[in-house]
Amino acid sequence: MVEIRDGKKVLITPVSAEDLEDINIGDIIYLDGDLMTCRDVAHRRLVEGGRELPYDIRDKAIFHAGPIVRPIEGQEDAYEMVSVGPTTSMRMEKFEYEFTKLTGVRVIVGKGGMKENTERACREFGAIHCVFPAGCAVVAATEVERIAEHHWDELGMPETLWCCKVKEFGPLIVSIDAKGRNMFEENKVRFNERKDAAVEEICKHVSFIK
Amino acid sequence: MYQQEMVTKMTDIMASFVGHIGKKLPDDVIAKLDELAKKETSPLAKTLYETMTRNQNLAVALDRPSCQDTGVLQFWVKCGTGFPLIDEVEALLKEAVVKATFETPLRHNSVETFDEVNTKRNVGKGTPTVFWDIVPHSDQCEIYAYMAGGGCTLPGKAMVLMPGAGYEGVTQFVLDQMTSYGLNACPPLLVGVGVATSVETAALLSKKALMRPLGSHNPNARAAEMERLLEDGINAIGLGPQGMGGSASVMGVHIENTARHPSAIGVAVNVGCWSHRRGHIVFDRDLNVTCDTHSTFRR
Ligand code: SF4
Repeated sequence: MVEIRDGKKVLITPVSAEDLEDINIGDIIYLDGDLMTCRDVAHRRLVEGGRELPYDIRDKAIFHAGPIVRPIEGQEDAYEMVSVGPTTSMRMEKFEYEFTKLTGVRVIVGKGGMKENTERACREFGAIHCVFPAGCAVVAATEVERIAEHHWDELGMPETLWCCKVKEFGPLIVSIDAKGRNMFEENKVRFNERKDAAVEEICKHVSFIK
Repeated sequence: MYQQEMVTKMTDIMASFVGHIGKKLPDDVIAKLDELAKKETSPLAKTLYETMTRNQNLAVALDRPSCQDTGVLQFWVKCGTGFPLIDEVEALLKEAVVKATFETPLRHNSVETFDEVNTKRNVGKGTPTVFWDIVPHSDQCEIYAYMAGGGCTLPGKAMVLMPGAGYEGVTQFVLDQMTSYGLNACPPLLVGVGVATSVETAALLSKKALMRPLGSHNPNARAAEMERLLEDGINAIGLGPQGMGGSASVMGVHIENTARHPSAIGVAVNVGCWSHRRGHIVFDRDLNVTCDTHSTFRR
């Protein structure tokens, strides 16, 4: 579902392919509902190891992140999110096409750009990749209402699948939309042109070896 | 004070200092981020800076590390030969990191290589990193503490250029790193450049360059000029906050240099991310403390 709340575009899980149709790269959106942390080893287990994820993420969201959590005192098996920020999404690029195909995930949140595999997954299966501002782990943690479940704890704190309930989680900047457009790749072309111009300019002034 | 008491005291101070730098950015970084934020006009860049500021305020209010990646701890120690705890410094820094890991809390970021196991205490073989400078005829100990996050460590690169490549080659080397890796290292960046002979001398300088206060310049006029040229050039690329486009890219460019072999130019680049968590603390022989990076640090 999509809702406009105080001028903010909020996606609410379950998210359908139609919900993503009007969302474009560079848009700022927010998320309500189910968001599971999921990174390197979990991707590998599913895609290479053929192990099913212990939590259903169809039409929901994942977060490439390794959080700091702590047990809530006086409660059994309850955890609180202290700090959770995105980790480099590119590490999951190799797995993301298969991952999206197998899980039906709709919203992938991480840091930095991803490439062809993810673009293709977003286009074919109706999904988006978004960036949560990196280094803003406390903002993200306070937008997690609670940790509902956790799985694969044996992987250690950063790699555990922390299944969160989130409220207006964001700002999320859409970096790959469901049409497969990729903001980082488009920016990169521009950045490289400007870089070449900058190198040329600087080199006019640094001929110190004569 | 007995030796043991002094060790405990310095350990406690360093543990709380490490915790503090994980929660609160240095004064100069905060000021620079504010300055850069004001220059942005696009709604996207503005929203990003606003979120970054909100995050830093929340970190203090809730007493939590501001970024989840609290890094590998690195210390650059400039220790006087007459400092009474000189023999204990390295061991007590390790102890302070363990203490801070549980008290702050810090993320578990120390993985033993080859065994590939996380020590879950943030210390391991050779971690925290301790770089030593021994200062003769001094009885104080100056420590730069730095949290080397994964994202901002990734763009690091060193190589040896042939002299024919010249400072033009240095320029190309630095700028190439900005658009390939720098944009994913959470800009606006602080860029440290080392110019020396070999890879390790250049690399060490490029890290030390990140400890310098923002706005400072290399004492050599040409090196300072090159800092300005690189800063303007990288800013013109317009990486913006988080590498998503904006009016600037960097908080600064710092060059550190030594003499070189006539046949080689060693060059290295190291970057600090917007969440540049470095602190500078000085102990006198009685363990009185001064800190010029964080007006917020109280012990
Ligand atoms: S690069 Fe810096 S701000 Fe970004 S996630 Fe890493 S430590 Fe945090």
